[in-house]
Amino acid sequence: MLIRGDDPPQTPPDHGGATRPPVPPRPPVNGGVPRPFGLSIRAFRCWLTVYRRIWRSSIWSSVLGPLFYLGAMGFGLGSLVDARGTASLGGVSYLAFVAPAILASSGMNTAMGEASYPVFGSIKWNKIYIGAQASPLRPADIFRGHLMFITMRIAMNAAVVTVFMCAFGAARSPWVVLAWPAAVLTGLAFAAPIAAWAVTVTKENSFAYLFRFGMMPLMLFSGTFFPLSQLPSWLRPLAYATPLWHGVALCRALSLGRADLLGALGHVAYLAALASIGIWAGARTYRGRLYV
Amino acid sequence: MSSGSLRMLPPAGRLARLRRGGSPGRQGAPGELGSFRLIERHARVYRHAWLVFASGVFEPLFYLLSVGLGLGVLVGKVPGPGGQLIPYREFVAPGLLAVSSMNGAMYDSTFNVFFRLKYAKLYDAILATPMRPAQVALGEIGWALLRGTIYAVAFTLVMLGLGLVHSWWAVLAVPVAVLIGFAFAAVGMTGTTYMKSWQDFDYVILASMPLFLFSATFYPLSVYPRVVQVIVECTPLYQGVVLLRDLTQGVVGPGLLWRAAYLAVLGLAGLAAAGRRIGKLLLV
Repeated sequence: MLIRGDDPPQTPPDHGGATRPPVPPRPPVNGGVPRPFGLSIRAFRCWLTVYRRIWRSSIWSSVLGPLFYLGAMGFGLGSLVDARGTASLGGVSYLAFVAPAILASSGMNTAMGEASYPVFGSIKWNKIYIGAQASPLRPADIFRGHLMFITMRIAMNAAVVTVFMCAFGAARSPWVVLAWPAAVLTGLAFAAPIAAWAVTVTKENSFAYLFRFGMMPLMLFSGTFFPLSQLPSWLRPLAYATPLWHGVALCRALSLGRADLLGALGHVAYLAALASIGIWAGARTYRGRLYV
Repeated sequence: MSSGSLRMLPPAGRLARLRRGGSPGRQGAPGELGSFRLIERHARVYRHAWLVFASGVFEPLFYLLSVGLGLGVLVGKVPGPGGQLIPYREFVAPGLLAVSSMNGAMYDSTFNVFFRLKYAKLYDAILATPMRPAQVALGEIGWALLRGTIYAVAFTLVMLGLGLVHSWWAVLAVPVAVLIGFAFAAVGMTGTTYMKSWQDFDYVILASMPLFLFSATFYPLSVYPRVVQVIVECTPLYQGVVLLRDLTQGVVGPGLLWRAAYLAVLGLAGLAAAGRRIGKLLLV
């Protein structure tokens, strides 16, 4: 691994050629004109270049995945649920109940997929981070650039689900256009903390636990496939504390047109707080891991 | 990675004893034990990750819990294999067992095999020994099945504990779950030998997700129009779901043998193909 000091060197190494004109010192990172994203846009473009070569295989699972889920859960299982009566769902069809939850959990799933193994692999397997670190990018830029790419992937997948929701008549209100950014925020609330943690991971087994004890129970018990009122009362506060529940509740309220301002702001604040903590922590953990 | 987990051949122990007392023809045919040596290798590696191994039991447990607490209440009763109405959790539990057998086998035979093939270079090392490609394929699938058996036993015990089993035929649920695993492990491993990069694994998910969702796992086949029913009846996971559901409900007929034969043929064909492909990839 590369040995670096705490700060990137301000002068390039001496090449020994006396005739060579002195190379001007590297401009201070983020200095001069204030740029909101600094050099992280460069790291983002690196991921875009990679993605341009591999998008074909991922586009199928991004498009067909939600289609299959909406079909199987909304229509297949929905036909059984609707036949029995949907009073506990608030009187809407099971399709309308479950579709916004699938939207929110697609945000979470994309975030977990993109912020776990790819982050880990960028250090251990294909060493994209190690390469980027040899450039003027600081660890925080590498982190934010990657996070921008992850957010883009979340937004793409969530857009597909939103389009399908509208096409299948699962959205009951024009507010559904806001469910899309809500799902992206849900994804970001997972992606930022997970990426911040994934960069510190040394054994890939840790991700198996994340998926098994993190993603799976969240997916099943966050009011996604059935209303939380069916959970035993001692389990309910735990479910209310999970970020996915906030995402699901927000998307569902918007999609059904039942959002009240205060509740929606509460969900947004919770998710935004998680995302901010992740973004703050990520700059530090990346620095700790990449400057050794 | 510690040096302990990199060590594939122990200096002492069972393998060394086997070798001392083993067949004298080490230069020629490696004998039948070849694939067991691969299984032993994996068992030794997983000693360092036993918690990952053990936690696999929780996944079906979470699913069963979620169905029992949530979906079961929403759905109520559904027509079972004999036409009688059964509680939804009894309907869906055998389907989940079939799915978890498929997923476990697919995961082991695709992601893990690909990693060993391309990154760990495990098979390059193995084929420098007297072991042959067919034994590698058999050993990998054998390992996947061993793992699957443990999960299937755990799942069946959980079902028994929750009172979701109604017949002694359910004893056969474990071998049937292993058979499902065999079919999908063999096919998955063959597919893996054609993979070029991790991106190709999106296609694995693309194949397994519709099987998981549409093979009458979560609702009876009768919700589909007739055309879709015929298509679903031809897919491999559906055979497994029907086998397990009929066995746990005790509705057993000779037709189940055909479904088992379907899975067995699929597995054997995959096994033969996987062995040939590994040889073609690595013995050049």
